[in-house]
Amino acid sequence: MVKKLFLFTASLAIVFAGFTSPAAAGASRDYINIVGSSTVYPFATVVAEQFGKTTRFKTPKIESTGSGGGLKLFCAGVGVEHPDITNASRRIKKSECENCLKNGVKDIVEIKIGYDGIILANSRKAGVLKLSRKDIFLALAKDVPDPKGGEKLIPNPYKTWKDVNPSLPATRIEVLGPPPTSGTRDAFVELAMEGGAKNFAWIKAMKKKDKKHYKVVCHTIREDGAYIEAGENDNLIVQKLEANPDAVGIFGFSFLDQNMDKIHGSVVDGMAPTFEAIANGDYPVSRPLFFYVKKAHVDKIPGIRQYLREFASDKAWGPDGYLGEKGMIPMPDDEREKFSSDGKNLKTLSCGDL
Amino acid sequence: MSSQLSNISDNGIKPIDIVKKNLASRRRAERRFRRMGLAAIFASLLFLALLFVSIIGNGYSVLFQTFIKIDVNFDPDKIAANDPSQGDYPGIVKASLRKMFPDAKGKSDKRSLYQLVSSGAACQLRKMVLADPTLIGQQRTIWVPADDDVDMLMKGHLSRQDDQTTGRFNRQQFQWLDQLTEKNRITKKFNITFFSSGDSREPELAGIWGAVTGSFFTLLVTLALSFPIGAATAVYLEELAPKNRWTDIIEVNINNLAAVPSIVFGLLGLAVFLSFFGLPRSVPLVGGLVLTLMTLPTIIIAGRAAVQAVPPSIRDAALAVGASKIQTIMHHVLPLAMPGMMTGAIIGMARALGETAPLLMIGMVAFIVDIPGGFTDPATVLPVQVYLWADSPERAFVERTSAATLVLLVFLFAMNGLAVYLRKRFERRW
Repeated sequence: MVKKLFLFTASLAIVFAGFTSPAAAGASRDYINIVGSSTVYPFATVVAEQFGKTTRFKTPKIESTGSGGGLKLFCAGVGVEHPDITNASRRIKKSECENCLKNGVKDIVEIKIGYDGIILANSRKAGVLKLSRKDIFLALAKDVPDPKGGEKLIPNPYKTWKDVNPSLPATRIEVLGPPPTSGTRDAFVELAMEGGAKNFAWIKAMKKKDKKHYKVVCHTIREDGAYIEAGENDNLIVQKLEANPDAVGIFGFSFLDQNMDKIHGSVVDGMAPTFEAIANGDYPVSRPLFFYVKKAHVDKIPGIRQYLREFASDKAWGPDGYLGEKGMIPMPDDEREKFSSDGKNLKTLSCGDL
Repeated sequence: MSSQLSNISDNGIKPIDIVKKNLASRRRAERRFRRMGLAAIFASLLFLALLFVSIIGNGYSVLFQTFIKIDVNFDPDKIAANDPSQGDYPGIVKASLRKMFPDAKGKSDKRSLYQLVSSGAACQLRKMVLADPTLIGQQRTIWVPADDDVDMLMKGHLSRQDDQTTGRFNRQQFQWLDQLTEKNRITKKFNITFFSSGDSREPELAGIWGAVTGSFFTLLVTLALSFPIGAATAVYLEELAPKNRWTDIIEVNINNLAAVPSIVFGLLGLAVFLSFFGLPRSVPLVGGLVLTLMTLPTIIIAGRAAVQAVPPSIRDAALAVGASKIQTIMHHVLPLAMPGMMTGAIIGMARALGETAPLLMIGMVAFIVDIPGGFTDPATVLPVQVYLWADSPERAFVERTSAATLVLLVFLFAMNGLAVYLRKRFERRW
């Protein structure tokens, strides 16, 4: 029994050593390593898969780490142990770019890939909500301007949508949305809430006087139970909306696109969240998506140029491309052309421009 | 005691009267307790049954997959004979669809026609031609996978509404699908893809095999490292180590480590294996190392219990006939403790199989299409695959999530079953 066990362990160890030794010898990598935003992840993965299937290169590996987490890994240094590309659902920040420089990541190529609409949706069993960004701000902010008038903030008193705007239904305000760690949440507070707060002239004026306080007023979501943090899983939000017709959910356009038979998107500032309205820029709550390439790795790691070419091809990000089918909103022709040539020429970004 | 009893009898109350007085309430208490126990077991069985009904109910439909029969013309104009790998295969699929449904005229009509067939069809043709280049210029009738939405419709997960604004289909597409059904050109077949391919963003092409191989390599590393180290530690601590303050400290620390949340081992792995030793991200080797750290305490604790359970008379008998300490351990204690150690190891492995948190830190939560071929290829594991699919927007991933969960559960049951078998087969009672 013991002898058998020793033989077993010894053979395992030999197999193990046999598998690992070739890898230890060559410290290179033959696949592209991509990290970054969970919003860009569903689009980047489709491109990676197509790329892997139609070229002689291996399929790139993609991790969903969030925009901030991705840029941190990306900027950690140059070399095979660091990622080649990072996806982001917002532009790189100046501080992040400087961090990159400090770690020797000097040349970064920036590619914008398209847009994502942030949708407020509810069950098809209920009517379509016609909201304005002002309504969204008043319904969801922690502190709102006193309805009696005057330049004073009071804790949000509104209980139903009708309280916010008499033309809305008298259902309780119940919004399921992403937690603060999410990029969708960042974009939502910036575009929808801040956009709504600007309707009050005195809050807008605050931006110049006390920027910090202005940000707190615009970006703080109420915590009295009307806004429910529903986790990062948007499928779960869709299921909850179906079960509760009074609730409203916040998520990316692709989840609306996939569940059109269960939910419908609310009209914001008179624009319904359709593919066309987001592409034209008429729908107010939409944000650009990016990825960043480490120039030092191009030609060191096989396939980066070809991956860029696949991403920037019309069959991928074009108006009828497969990314559109997955719910990404394509850029207008001139922008596509600009970023396509940036990718081809590997035009680098300088931190001063940010 | 006796004085108390005599006091009672002095008062004319016999002990038996006291017993009789509350006998009924004691019996009631016993019945109540039994019922509560039964209710607890019944509740847990109910929850288990609910879990299985929901998972199997959602997941069984993965076994079948919708296919569409198309007539393919391997047009020599679209495939260069000298380099068949670069042919316009999507164009060939589109041409065959146009030929089947000549009524699709406008651009949007054609686009909705092409949507019926999976993008995997082009890859299938490419593979066929690469395997047999003489196909170029010939006609073939083949079954290709349907799009995931068509699959969902055929399986009844999407309801059919002839309303342009709702749902994922338009009226024209329904007509085409009806025509396909009439001509027997659409059918459900056994889904080999799900069990043989890696991850994909197209649900109809996604499979579990990449995650299964990833889990296999990861657990192999874990087993190869944690079992020998764990067994050696257990034997040393029980049989050879002196009992002093140092061994006490070690013992307390091993017990503490068993209770540490698994994410902490992930952080440790990130700091030590990736940052310090510079091992690559997302590979089974590092995953196995991290899970080894996690399972070692479990194996050591189980191993020590197994060694302790060997009666001292066995050791004494061996020593009495002149065996050395090491001979006693190797020839008698270890073989007798082995079933218990193996049970511990398998239960530790089962826990490692279901773990995602420590792997997040070392990059094994990733989209990986290629099936890993070794310990240093990027890989993911079964529970991570479940998590990734649960988070995907496409509706067809719902059934795949459930099916992947079932596969994971089957492996867990098999491992726990093996542990029970080993215990029953080799365990000795004294």
